[in-house]
Amino acid sequence: MKTFKIGGIHPAENKFSAHQKIQTAPLPKQAVVMLGQNLGAPAVAVVEKGAEVKVGTLIAKAGGFVSANVHSPVSGKVAKIDEVVDASGYKRPAIIIDVEGDEWESRIDRSEDLVKDISASKEDILAKIADAGLVGLGGATFPTHIKLSPPPGKKAEVLIINAVECEPYLTSDHQLMLEKSGEILVGIRILMKAIGVTRAIVGIENNKPDAIALMQKLAQNELGIEICPLKVQYPQGGEKQLIDATIGRQVPSGALPIEVGAVVQNVGTAFAVYEAVQKNKPLIERIITITGKSIEKPSNLLARIGTPLSELIDFCGGLPEDTGKVIGGGPMMGKALLNLEVPMTKGSSGLLIMPSLEAEREKMRNCIRCAKCVNVCCMGVEPYLLMSLVENEMWTEAEAAHIMDCVECGSCSFTCPAARPLLDYVRLGKNKVGAIIRSRK
Amino acid sequence: MSDILITVLTLGLLGAVSAVVLYFVAQKFKVYEDPRIDDVEAVLPAANCGGCGFAGCRNFAEACVKAETLDGLLCPVGGNAVMTQVAAALGQEAVASDPKIAVVRCNGSCANRAHTNTYDGAQSCAIAVSLYSGETGCSFGCYGLGDCELSCQFDALYIDEKTKLPVIDEDKCTSCGACVKACPKMIIELRKKGPKSRRIYVSCANKDKGGVAKKACSVACIGCSKCQKVCAFEAISVENNLAYIDDTKCRLCRKCVAECPTAAIVELNFPPRKEKVEALAD
Amino acid sequence: MNKLIVSPSPHVHGGDSVKKNMCGVILALAPALLVSLYFFGLGALIVTLVSIASCVLFEAIIQKYLLKTEISIKDGSAFLTGLLLAFNLPSNLPVWMVIVGAAVAIGIGKMTFGGLGNNLFNPALVGRVFLLISFPVQMTSWALPAKLPMTYTDAVTGATPLGIMKEGLMKGETVSTIMSKLPSLQDMMLGNIGGSMGEISAIALILGGIFLLWRKIITWHIPVSMIAAIAIFAGILHTVNPEHYAGPVFHILTGGVLLGAIFMATDYVTSPMSKKGMLIYGTLIGVLTVLIRVFGSYPEGVSFAILIMNAFTPLINKYVKPKRYGEVIKK
Repeated sequence: MKTFKIGGIHPAENKFSAHQKIQTAPLPKQAVVMLGQNLGAPAVAVVEKGAEVKVGTLIAKAGGFVSANVHSPVSGKVAKIDEVVDASGYKRPAIIIDVEGDEWESRIDRSEDLVKDISASKEDILAKIADAGLVGLGGATFPTHIKLSPPPGKKAEVLIINAVECEPYLTSDHQLMLEKSGEILVGIRILMKAIGVTRAIVGIENNKPDAIALMQKLAQNELGIEICPLKVQYPQGGEKQLIDATIGRQVPSGALPIEVGAVVQNVGTAFAVYEAVQKNKPLIERIITITGKSIEKPSNLLARIGTPLSELIDFCGGLPEDTGKVIGGGPMMGKALLNLEVPMTKGSSGLLIMPSLEAEREKMRNCIRCAKCVNVCCMGVEPYLLMSLVENEMWTEAEAAHIMDCVECGSCSFTCPAARPLLDYVRLGKNKVGAIIRSRK
Repeated sequence: MSDILITVLTLGLLGAVSAVVLYFVAQKFKVYEDPRIDDVEAVLPAANCGGCGFAGCRNFAEACVKAETLDGLLCPVGGNAVMTQVAAALGQEAVASDPKIAVVRCNGSCANRAHTNTYDGAQSCAIAVSLYSGETGCSFGCYGLGDCELSCQFDALYIDEKTKLPVIDEDKCTSCGACVKACPKMIIELRKKGPKSRRIYVSCANKDKGGVAKKACSVACIGCSKCQKVCAFEAISVENNLAYIDDTKCRLCRKCVAECPTAAIVELNFPPRKEKVEALAD
Repeated sequence: MNKLIVSPSPHVHGGDSVKKNMCGVILALAPALLVSLYFFGLGALIVTLVSIASCVLFEAIIQKYLLKTEISIKDGSAFLTGLLLAFNLPSNLPVWMVIVGAAVAIGIGKMTFGGLGNNLFNPALVGRVFLLISFPVQMTSWALPAKLPMTYTDAVTGATPLGIMKEGLMKGETVSTIMSKLPSLQDMMLGNIGGSMGEISAIALILGGIFLLWRKIITWHIPVSMIAAIAIFAGILHTVNPEHYAGPVFHILTGGVLLGAIFMATDYVTSPMSKKGMLIYGTLIGVLTVLIRVFGSYPEGVSFAILIMNAFTPLINKYVKPKRYGEVIKK
């Protein structure tokens, strides 16, 4: 069984919501659509207060090269364009829409029929993906159309589909594969056409044998699409680790995957690509896992972007009494929320509710130099060293120790017997060193 | 006997040869340094705090020796006293400057500013700031995790257990500015120490609109401009919903302090107001 | 609603702790402790208890009154140092010497550097070597093994196999004649030989080592490289002159090689961080051990070899780095 070669850990999987059928979440009364939902520049609003919008109406245009369009996820009236508190507590611009009915733009094909023939040309596909405001749905939210257009002089050789879902608790990709496998395969074909490759590899961890079997069965008839079962190991869903695991190549330090001829897309993105190209449907809803040990009904929901997260939690049985922490995303790389009124965004892959007993961190102790952080580091750097360099503000030395290679997977902090917040410091160091590197240019 | 002789002779010869070699090496690699640098360095506090803007005391001494006038060069730790000595060592005129001190522009103690969540990450303001807006509804105020305390080389600053805010020890603060650089929220400012250490400043950094700021913290500046209107010396400006008192213009009349509806303006080391009123009445 | 807790990711922890690691090592030492209690009886019991108690006590006292920090004896590291120190002492050592050894181990070996995690040298070995140099006679008169003896400082003493070998070679005897005077291989495996309390039984130590590897408390790199280096180096010498140099099996089973390789050299704090570094470190300890044993004046060299390599650990950490992702581009 294939896997990546350096480091890695095995956190408890806790996939409580596995095999829960995807349910459609109720429409919110008021949708709060953030303008900055993607990595890069935020979008710029193109509607005014009071404007009537339908589901799929363009409400904000990409605000730069690395940016993505935003469409209305609901129908109704724009109540205001204002700053709202986002998941990190800072105020960010958003379009707030009062929901009235559920009227969709007429160009969107809402039927369930599987459209297999890809009539669009390569350019059409890229244009449609850009129009639909697609971003990477694995959590990084990098605009998809940019990732599909390799820089001049670089040639993609293989498309890698990330269906690993290595984060504990999360199950949305798993369930999507079980219910929408046909659509996903068409989506993969479209992606292959867009980047001009004849080979695609779907990496799935073998804790999802049913999804592997189903995808393998369907892929038999598809020339060039391989299903690659992978040994369960975190952080296999990291782009660099997945490339290593599937095709045995390693992306050089500081370079992009295209350097080794690979383009990686999330399986959820492949589905969204299918919908955008074959059904003209922009990215207005996505699958989100609502899960946790204490929540009544762990579920996989199809929810509109802009729905307040508290409404999704209420739909799954409400917030348990003893909740200590609510995490947007998985437990390893997700973001702890300080306010449940924040809306769902394009990058919301899950919502994890943690009881207070589990939520608190252990007390930090002296480093005992056990080297466990070094052994689990998937990038082969030395977290213990980076942490002490950052504590002492030795930025030059930290850069020389390859601090910028860190992918922030959190394996070091997870493993540390002395419960040292290694990644907290490394992340701070990355910010500082990154700023120094940028100022040099 | 001969054993001892041989040993003594060998070692003696070795010593002599080494001495000669060392002498020539020292001559060869001799670097000329202005002896006045040593003189200046001798009167500096040797704290190497970097508050003067140079890497350490020796670098500052070099700069003093090279400079044509001492204007603009100040050892904040030693203050005017040390600069007079430096001037004497260099045979130059001393240029006096106002003593300064660090002030914390946030009064959001646990009582004034309710916590809305609990931070459980690494105990570092820089890390918390890059993560989120902090434990309270105010995203401009002090996080209370003590980056400033760590940066202070003079033990002049500590985080109060109760209020979770930094407290500055006036006697120890040398206005080196390390805490100003360390604070990621840019709350700490170097201000004129003032006569008898009397100072007035706006103890708030919140740029939110009045209502939002007030909801998050009872002593927030709400940008109401009342202080600006009452000030007779045009020392106060209000920008982005936040008042600022220019310490070069402020005459310490204390009118703004009485006017502020949220008690965001703080006066330090003044005699109690009531007594003063009585004294005037007398 | 409760106030939510906010922290940077990751939000889960693997559950490993310093205490778990220390307790794991202590548990792994249990078989060896039982063997030494069986063969050295009362003496072993007294030395072990005194060593552990004084190490824990010294750590608590120093932390409370000198460093004025939180007392961290609950993490088990002082207990482990005490146990390892006892394992490196003869079972008939007077109580006061054990206490002096513990004071040096904890006070000089550990606390002067800033406590757990900061010490440059293995504390137990610092204590042991201090005693060895200060009290060479008491430290090299070994109680002979018996069945549950109730003797302490009045135990019958004799030399260790390594001592017999060294002495024999000095007298000009050949290896084969000396070997005939030595305990059998089986006795060495079980522990029916003279020596430090913890080093006598090869089987018990290997059992402990397997436990440590299974619980992933240590990796194989240091013990295997160290033992392999001893085997190869001793093997070469033995092949060159079998009558003057003892064979590799003798070298590995005698003295503290197994105790050193499995429990002392693998000490987290004082061993290198990268796997490559661990291999270099282990190999050099092995080579130094044989060098000291064969060409030095002491019959035993493991403690010195480990301490010497402890000093090189920071240097190894600086220059030997783990393999990074993307370092070698495979096309």
